[in-house]
Amino acid sequence: MNDIMIGLEVHVQLNKLKSKLFCGCSTDYQDEEPNTHTCPVCLGLPGALPVINKRAVECGIKVALALNCEVLEQTLFYRKNYFYPDLPKGFQISQYDFPLAVNGKMSVETDRGEKIIRINRVHMEEDPARMIHEGGIEYSRHSLIDYNRSGMALLEIVTEPDLKSPKEARRFLDKLRSILEYLDVFDGDLEGAMRVDSNISLAGGDRAEVKNISSHKGVEKALSYEATRQKNLLRRNIKITQETRHYDEERGITISMRTKEGEEDYRYFPEPDLPPMSVKSWTERLKDEIPELPDAKIRRFVEEYGVKENHARSLTSDIEIADYFEIVCKSSICTIPHQKVVRMAREIDPNMAASWIVDVLKGELNYRGMKIGRSPLTEDKTIKILKDLSSGKITEKNAVEIIREILDKGGDPEEIMRRRGFGRLDRSETEILVKKVIEGNPKVVEDYHKKKKRALNFLVGRVMALSKGKSDPKDVNELLEKYL
Amino acid sequence: MKNYFKDGIKGFRHFVEDGETEEVTRRLMDKIKENRFNAYITVCEDAIERAREIDKNEGDGRLLGMPIAVKDNLSTRGVETTCASKILRGYVPPYDAAVVERLKEEGAIIVGKTNMDEFAMGTTTETSFFGPTRNPWDEDRVPGGSSGGSAAAVASGECIASLGTDTGGSVRCPASFCGISGIKPTYGLVSRYGLIAYSNSLECVGTMGSSIEDASLLLDVISGKDSRDSTSIDPALYRLPSEKFGKIGVLTQFFDGVEEDVLKHVWNAIHKLEDLGIEYEEIDLPNLRYALSSYYIIAMSEASSNLARYDGVRYGLRGKDLDWDTTFSRIRAEGFGKEVKRRILMGTFSLSAGYYGKYYLKALKVRNLIIKDFERAFRKRKLDAIVSPTMPYKPFKLGEKIEDPISMYLSDIYTVPVNLTGLPSVSIPCGFSEGLPIGIQLIGRAFDEETIINIAKIYEENTDHQKKVSGLL
Repeated sequence: MNDIMIGLEVHVQLNKLKSKLFCGCSTDYQDEEPNTHTCPVCLGLPGALPVINKRAVECGIKVALALNCEVLEQTLFYRKNYFYPDLPKGFQISQYDFPLAVNGKMSVETDRGEKIIRINRVHMEEDPARMIHEGGIEYSRHSLIDYNRSGMALLEIVTEPDLKSPKEARRFLDKLRSILEYLDVFDGDLEGAMRVDSNISLAGGDRAEVKNISSHKGVEKALSYEATRQKNLLRRNIKITQETRHYDEERGITISMRTKEGEEDYRYFPEPDLPPMSVKSWTERLKDEIPELPDAKIRRFVEEYGVKENHARSLTSDIEIADYFEIVCKSSICTIPHQKVVRMAREIDPNMAASWIVDVLKGELNYRGMKIGRSPLTEDKTIKILKDLSSGKITEKNAVEIIREILDKGGDPEEIMRRRGFGRLDRSETEILVKKVIEGNPKVVEDYHKKKKRALNFLVGRVMALSKGKSDPKDVNELLEKYL
Repeated sequence: MKNYFKDGIKGFRHFVEDGETEEVTRRLMDKIKENRFNAYITVCEDAIERAREIDKNEGDGRLLGMPIAVKDNLSTRGVETTCASKILRGYVPPYDAAVVERLKEEGAIIVGKTNMDEFAMGTTTETSFFGPTRNPWDEDRVPGGSSGGSAAAVASGECIASLGTDTGGSVRCPASFCGISGIKPTYGLVSRYGLIAYSNSLECVGTMGSSIEDASLLLDVISGKDSRDSTSIDPALYRLPSEKFGKIGVLTQFFDGVEEDVLKHVWNAIHKLEDLGIEYEEIDLPNLRYALSSYYIIAMSEASSNLARYDGVRYGLRGKDLDWDTTFSRIRAEGFGKEVKRRILMGTFSLSAGYYGKYYLKALKVRNLIIKDFERAFRKRKLDAIVSPTMPYKPFKLGEKIEDPISMYLSDIYTVPVNLTGLPSVSIPCGFSEGLPIGIQLIGRAFDEETIINIAKIYEENTDHQKKVSGLL
């Protein structure tokens, strides 16, 4: 088994910001007409000058702090020069020496336990415009350019080559995404929100860089393909050369784009229009803005709610799910009246809630490609379902059915239960069953009349079994006594 | 009313006050259209309309009704802005440069966009795609550059005052060659927003007028912090307590290479100042001999990046659409002139991997040494200003130096150190030789424009060089 080394460069769009990185243009351009969210600055018109969006720098620092990085005393922007139609100035304002932050680390859960991945640097840069090729790049007769994206704030997070498998790379990305969403700087659902360049090498070979993959699954697949390809080359004693490769998502393979000799010289130099910024002093204030992050939340969920660690891990991987869980648990805490000391009691066992959210709800949401926050299954509905479940009013199967119907069509749990006959039978339905049981068990009825106590219990049990537990035991007792 | 422009802003103000703005503006526009010196690239046809409104008693401001010319690398909303380059033909900016906004706010009338060296790269205005501007003192000679059109327009009465830009002497050189006053302010005093970049860390918007008073009034109007330019500064925060020592330093370095009559007039001016109570001493700044090399490396490096945006995709020259590499290469090959290409190539080279440290970084180090040289001279020798010839030569003949770029670059020896250090500097006329004007340069401390402007005023009040008008007019 060759040792695999993987390092990632993750481009994160700070798409929760109100304005772009160097101008006041709105970032809210999803589904808008192309080229409507632009100005002289993000169109790179002659004479326009960039002005740093301080809020973007603050977001960058928050991410850096969440990744345990050291924020540099002074940070500086550079120009990265290259020609491409999506780059209106012929250079990208990025960072080079003196990035925002360096030397961070993040833990990732792997098959062999928790592992620390070192973060080399976190830097800021502007997003280029978006190019569109109608009918695909091979067939389109022209390129369309939409500058709405031009100048969006990007954060580039670069890891050391500490990841040892494509699966670890994916776990890293999943966790990174969850941290970014915790910090409320990033919405991973928007198109092109996260783009990944991954470097992979096997012991004894040069590295290959697979560029610009936009899904975590894609990264894992591309890296798996690449690991196999490189292994095969090594086995046949073919030298692996340093190159840049493209991932063809449809075919699931990587294709060579250029070798090292073809690498561009970006002619980096400090951006003369943006003076150096002293940002270190901002960190104290920004530390206070950082919320509880996934690792801390896992520990707290285990301690406070007594849930299992694997459940806590799963609940916290998505901030929305974690909050959902807490609302479901907390809303059912009630104060007991007529007591001097207010006592808290939970109607829903957090372990039950955790297991339903992790094992059932998350799966149902994934299956539908739905986010909990945007689903019709609001917290109060889940609370209702779980309460009925724990009081025995509905079965587990009923609960799953109700959840599915709400996710698919919306609606109210109570109404669904009634309409679909979940929950208890009414008295007349139980009456029929009681009569049936009496008719079918003459021997036991005889025993009952001989005052044998166990006989009644047996008959009750039969009725309950016939009703699949949905008869009211009180009804059963009363009706049996009536007809016996 | 022959020389309606002779008394500059003060003189022109009488026409405005008398409700004759439209009439004079009309005559001025006619003169612009004669195009005797090729000072303008674009004429603003709405100027007369604006003048009429002013005569109807509309508007106010310190420059109310003043016909001002603006260099063609300053963005003007709705008016074609070409930087004298073929590649920008047809480009009409959707916004005004900050300085143009300020002129308009003070009631100025923008009469046109002036000719210049292509992208401000030159010392003679000969690299313009629209042909050279001619010197109003001698039509066979260059007006200096790169703001040659702005200077010639003032000297010939085709405007009252003008804006130029100064990257390595581009305001002061043409001011000197055309016998007018020019100010290059401290870097950061005036917003660069809307100035089409050649070399961002060196260039400033500067002002030109027939007297230092006019140039300084214009400067007053355009200076001040602008949130759209991150390098612009509130001068109040940086201005040093104004100390006057009554002494200037004369930069006698390189005097060997200065034309004899230029030197003579500069010394005369220094002695005149001495008579007026300002002492002088000769100074030598050790690192100045590296200034030109440092300057050209920085300017060309920045230019190579700044000019990368001209690819024909969004504005300006557009050719037949082929694949991307071919299309943008063809447009750049066709759209840029020879000097611009030379500077882009050299700048690209000096930023390349393996050369960056040898050239660009070294140039920045030299820049810091020169900054320290000036600081030390001002502080230790207690100087109010440092004085030198603006240009080592009188205006060249058209075509004389254009084929010899090195010799042309050398003529910037006294102007470029000022841009490397960011210091303010003025050029005022100090005499004439063979009918051609000669300029003297006064360099001041950072954000202390006031001191050098005051010295220039004292000199002007006691001489009459600036009052002279070309015999050609």
